[in-house]
Formats: sequence, structure tokens, C-alpha cells
Amino acid sequence: MPALLQILVLVLALGLCIRPLGDYMARVYTSPKHLRVERGAYRLLRIDPDADQRWSTYAVALLGFSLVSILFLYAFGRLQQLLPLSLGDKALPASGAFNTAISFATNTDWQWYSGEAATGHLIQMAGLAVQNFASAAVGMAVAVALIRGIARTRADGRVGNFWSDLVRTVVRILLPLAFVAAIVLVALGVVQNFASPHVVHTLAGQAQHLTGGPVASQEAIKEVGTNGGGFYNANSAHPYENPGPFSNILEIFLLLVIPFSLTRTFGVMVKDKRQGWAILAVMSTILITSIGLLTWAEMAGHGTAPQLAGGAMEGKEVRFGTAASALFAAATTGTSTGSVNSMHDSLTASGGGVTMFNMMLGEVAPGGTGSGLYGLLVLAILSVFVAGLMVGRTPEYLGKKIRGGEMKLVATYILTTPAIVLIGGAIAVSFHGGLVGLEASGPHGLSEAVYAVTSAGNNNGSAFGGLTSGTPFWNILLGMCMLLGRFVPMLLVLGLAGRLATQQKVPPSAGTLPTHRPLFVGLLIGVTLVVVGLTYIPVLSLAPIAEALK
Amino acid sequence: MFNLQGVRALGRQSLAGLRTLLLFTVVLGIAYPLVVWGIGQAAFGWRADGSLVTTTGAHTRSFADAAGSSLIGQDFKGNKWFLPRPSAAGTGYDPLDTYGSNYGPEDPRLVKLIKQRQAEISAREHVAVSAIPPDAVTASASGLDPAISPAYAALQAARVAREHGLTLTSVQRLIKENTTGRALGFLGDPAVNVLMLNIAITQAHGS
Repeated sequence: MPALLQILVLVLALGLCIRPLGDYMARVYTSPKHLRVERGAYRLLRIDPDADQRWSTYAVALLGFSLVSILFLYAFGRLQQLLPLSLGDKALPASGAFNTAISFATNTDWQWYSGEAATGHLIQMAGLAVQNFASAAVGMAVAVALIRGIARTRADGRVGNFWSDLVRTVVRILLPLAFVAAIVLVALGVVQNFASPHVVHTLAGQAQHLTGGPVASQEAIKEVGTNGGGFYNANSAHPYENPGPFSNILEIFLLLVIPFSLTRTFGVMVKDKRQGWAILAVMSTILITSIGLLTWAEMAGHGTAPQLAGGAMEGKEVRFGTAASALFAAATTGTSTGSVNSMHDSLTASGGGVTMFNMMLGEVAPGGTGSGLYGLLVLAILSVFVAGLMVGRTPEYLGKKIRGGEMKLVATYILTTPAIVLIGGAIAVSFHGGLVGLEASGPHGLSEAVYAVTSAGNNNGSAFGGLTSGTPFWNILLGMCMLLGRFVPMLLVLGLAGRLATQQKVPPSAGTLPTHRPLFVGLLIGVTLVVVGLTYIPVLSLAPIAEALK
Repeated sequence: MFNLQGVRALGRQSLAGLRTLLLFTVVLGIAYPLVVWGIGQAAFGWRADGSLVTTTGAHTRSFADAAGSSLIGQDFKGNKWFLPRPSAAGTGYDPLDTYGSNYGPEDPRLVKLIKQRQAEISAREHVAVSAIPPDAVTASASGLDPAISPAYAALQAARVAREHGLTLTSVQRLIKENTTGRALGFLGDPAVNVLMLNIAITQAHGS
């Protein structure tokens, strides 16, 4: 019963926020006016925020910014021992710095290292946390560009201005939300100081090193921007990141609120709010189903060890219990967050399978900030195409014809991530360098490898933590998965946005498939599940399914 | 995009990107955490500094006076204490190496550990294995879990009462005082803070 109530309260809280936040974000992305601070920033940066860009210019700006971000973060990691507040931590190794730079600039936040041992306060706050803002904003910018491509009626091929989208997202959306959340988190017990580890003499007379750090400020944007990179190795299971049931439900709320609200922004910007509700219905149906399945799996506690212990509490915290842990696990893998309040490696076999399947869906329910929406819109276009084939008419989505050119981009998008994941997984288990990292053997060992490449390719960042991934082999393999899994789909989406923006809107005819009705919601859910299911069922059946049936 | 013009465009945009990133680093990477720190320290200083407590359970902000953090579990050993959950953080409850065991549900090593822990607890507390709650025999996610379930605390009450010469009812009362129920009645799970409970026991013993 408490399990159901906390899901209900979460749904209610999100339900109350989607409209106002979605409307507000739509104003942010459509208002011709710049704030005074923004104008100052543009002058300082020598950027013209009003130039309406073609998709290719938009893409080059995005790539330029991301490239600089990766290089900057790499240098930060390699030089951290020379900088203040390093706490005596050494430079990251080359392959490790490569992995981490890509990881944070792609919104993945995969962590091969342990925060309390490898990263000082300065790199955390001025390196990693800055990318927590920036990479989230980049994802939202791409989503907005696609919305503009769909919404444009002038047929001029313009999709907006990358720099103004980036700056506005940070200044008007992410920073205010993160700031309020950070203060609330401090009030709930999340630490915010600059202390190095101090020894205290415990009640029983032992020595214990208590750690500090600017945690609350980072924790807030880690969730709001669906990043997921923990300040500490234990991530949101660490009491200093997530001290109790209130901070726990707040963090779950924060990581869901922007991805869900963007559906409303979409509806407002295409001037048909029902379209936004339809997308929201698809996202909610899939997420609520996976929350249900995960909660059932963890509370039922099947499997040898959970049965023996009397419950699936390995890798879970008492203050959250199984229900709040399952809820967090579903939310973090349904978005591209990847922060964890329980260790996914120790979930029950079916529970772990659900988290993997959530990521394999391409993180569209509701997905990462921006990436979830553009992922689902691509699937929506695929769905109208499938429906068009059935009735033999040229498919259209919101008045834009979906022809060969558009479908090539859509099909390539759909194939990209599975190709990265499956090829990456095959490489991992084909080489000694991949196999030595696995903690377990048999199906569970395969799950560890598949989870890692799935998490990297989909830019999630959570892990089956038994995997020792800090080796050059894994660092480079997963770094490449993250890089390709982020920017190839983004370029395809921007290309699609550009093509759609060159089209005049056609008025709906009798043959137009309405894309706001339950029929379409059902079709879209079906297409999503079938496409992903057919791609991944072979590997899933060798890993978690084999384990669950054992 | 891959012609000379494209490369020049990428170079130009990258420079704009670099300027933007530097501005972000100053505003988001330095100013934002400092402002949160300033407000946090002023308004919620004790919490912002890590919820430290002394041996009497009083709040403190000095590491030198602290006997630990009320949020971070400690590696209590021996019969006089309420014992915490098993921990996979370093050699146990080490905040410099936080993590779970990451053993999967079918892992034979985990199965063996659970059996071993059940046998130990059964012998120590004189209870049947079936009466032992799951949190007592499983490692937490962080390795720093500050809490045990009320059931595991109840199991240990008789032993701790005996060791300290306290009555069982007084120990049970202290357990109750250090139990946080589900927040608002439905968030999370009921939890007993082991450090705060052990502090309460030593205080009761001393008085």
C-alpha cells in the first residue's frame, strides 16, 4: 500500500507541474526578447543570438561546443593534481580522462572511477557539474530544433539559434530549478562544504574518515539535467547525497519533471496541445508499466539469495526499502539519468532485466532532457509511416509529408543505437580485455557486459557495478559507445528537423491519420516495443532471462 | 560539412563554444556552488557540514568534537552494541570506498555469505533463522547504511539490555525513540538509526 501511495504522489506532483513548466519552457524557446543578463553574455561571447540557423549551422555550433567541452574536461582530468581543492588526488589516467570527458559531455555520466577517491572538489564542481548543465541544455536544444522543424510553416529550412537555445535553457530553466532544489536538499541533509576527508573517533573508538564536498549543488543538477554522475561512488544511495525518504522522492521527481514537461512544450509550440498529451500518454504508459513490473519483481524477491535472506535487500538501503528503490531504478533508467539509490547489479533477475529493457527502449519513457522527446518523436514518425503503408497513402505528421528522405534519416536513427550496443557488446565479450572486467560468470556476467554497453550507447550511465570498467579496454570501448550513441542520433535528428523545416504544411485530409487519439497512442507504444523487442530479445534471453529461468 | 569551408566553420563555432564554456565554468562551476554553500551554511549549517554528533548525541560542526555523523553508519562490533548491517564499503563502513557488494541474486558467494551471517546471528541472539529479517544478512548499496529495520533492532534488544544491565522495556523504548517511520506514512521504509540508538544506550547506561 505505501508502495502504491508513493507512486501516486509522484504522478500527482508531476501532473501538477507539466502544464505550467511546459508552457513556461515554450515561452522560453519562442520569445523574441532576451533577458538583460543574456544580452550581456552574448556581447561578451561575441555571439549573434538572433541569427536563425539552418540545421547544418546549428549542428556545427553544437559539435563545436561539445568538442571544446570534451577537450576542456580531458585537460581538467589530466591536470587536476596541479589545481586547488584537488584533495591530493592524482591526474586521471589518459584512457580514464578520455572516458570521463566524453561521459559528462554526452549527458551519460558513466563513472569508471570512485568519486571520493579519484576526483577533487574543483573538478567535480567546475568540470563535471558544469557539463551536467551544458549537456542537458544541448539535449533540450536538439529537441527544440526538431519541434521547430515540425512547427515551421514558412518553409525556409531554419531551425533556430543554437547559442540562444543553449544559454536560455541554462539561464531560464536549469539554473533556477537546480538552485531551488539544491537549497532544499541541503535542508534535508545533503552536504555542501569544502572539507577534505576528516578523521573522527567513532562511538566504539574506531577511526572513520568523513568526507565533505559541494554535493548539494551538484546533486540538484545531476537529477534535473538527467545526468546521474554521483559525487560519491555509491551515488544516490550515499546518505550524504540522499539522506532520507523525502530527498529520495524529490530526486525522483526532479529527474522526471523536465522530460515529461517537454511534451507540453511540444504541444504548445506545434499549436496543437493534444499532440503533446498523446506523446505524454505514451511515455507515462510505458514508465508506469515498468515501475509496476520492477516494484513487483523487487517486492516478490525471486532468486536464490533473496529467497534465502527473506527479501531482496542486497544492495538496497533500509531507509528506502524495496519499493522506493524499485521506483528510483525504473525512473533512472526510463530517463537517461543513471543515478542509482540501489545497486542494480544486485536487483532480482527480472528487476535487472526491466532496467536494461528501459534503456534499450532508447530512453523514451520519458527519456533524458530533450533526448527523450526527440527519440519518441522519431518513433512517432516511424509509426505514421507504418500506418501509411497499411492504408497506402503518403504518411504525414502534423502536416509534414514523410517521404523517402525523411524515412532514411528515421531508419538510420532507429538502427544506430542498437548497432552500437550489439557490436560493442560483441566486442566486449570477444576479447580478453573485456572479459577480465566481469565480476560474475555465466548469464549474470553477460548481463554485466550488456548492461554496460547498453548504458553507454544510450547515454544512461548506470551500471551493473560488479564490472571493473576502469581499464583502458573498457574506458575506450565505452567512451566510443557514448560518443557515437550521442552525436550520431543528434545529427540525424537535426537533419530531419532541417528537412521538415523546408516543407510547407499540408492541411489534413480525410486520409490523414489523427496523431492525438488513443489509437495512435497504442500504435506508437506497439511500434516502440516491437522495434526494440525484435532487436534485443536474443541478447536479453541469453542474459537476464536465462538467469531468471534458472 | 567535411570540406575546407566546413572545417573553418567548425573552428569558428568552436571558438564561440570555448568562450561560452569558460563563462559557464565561472557562473555554473564557481558562483553557483558558492552561493548554495553560502546560503546552506547560513541557514542549515549543521546539515551542510555533514550532520555531525558528539558522543552524547549533541549536534556539532567540528570534526574534532564529533563521534560521527548521524547520517553515516559505523562499524560497531561486539556484544555491547546494536550491530549494523553487513557493509561492502572498504573493510566496512569506510566513506573513502563506498559501494555495495554488487553480487547478483544467483551468486554462490552471496548465498554462502547469507548462510554464514544467519548462523552467526542465530547463535548470537538465540533466535531461529526464520526470525532474522533480510536487512540483517545483506550488504547495503552505499556500505554506509545508517539504519537497520525495526525487526533487526528488536532482535538485538535482549542482548544489549543484558550487556548494559538495562531492562528490556527501557531498551525497547529507546529503539522506538530512534525509529523513523515512513515519512508521511508512506515514503520509504521504517528505519532505526544505529549510531543514535547506541548513543542513547550509553547515555542511559551512564545515568
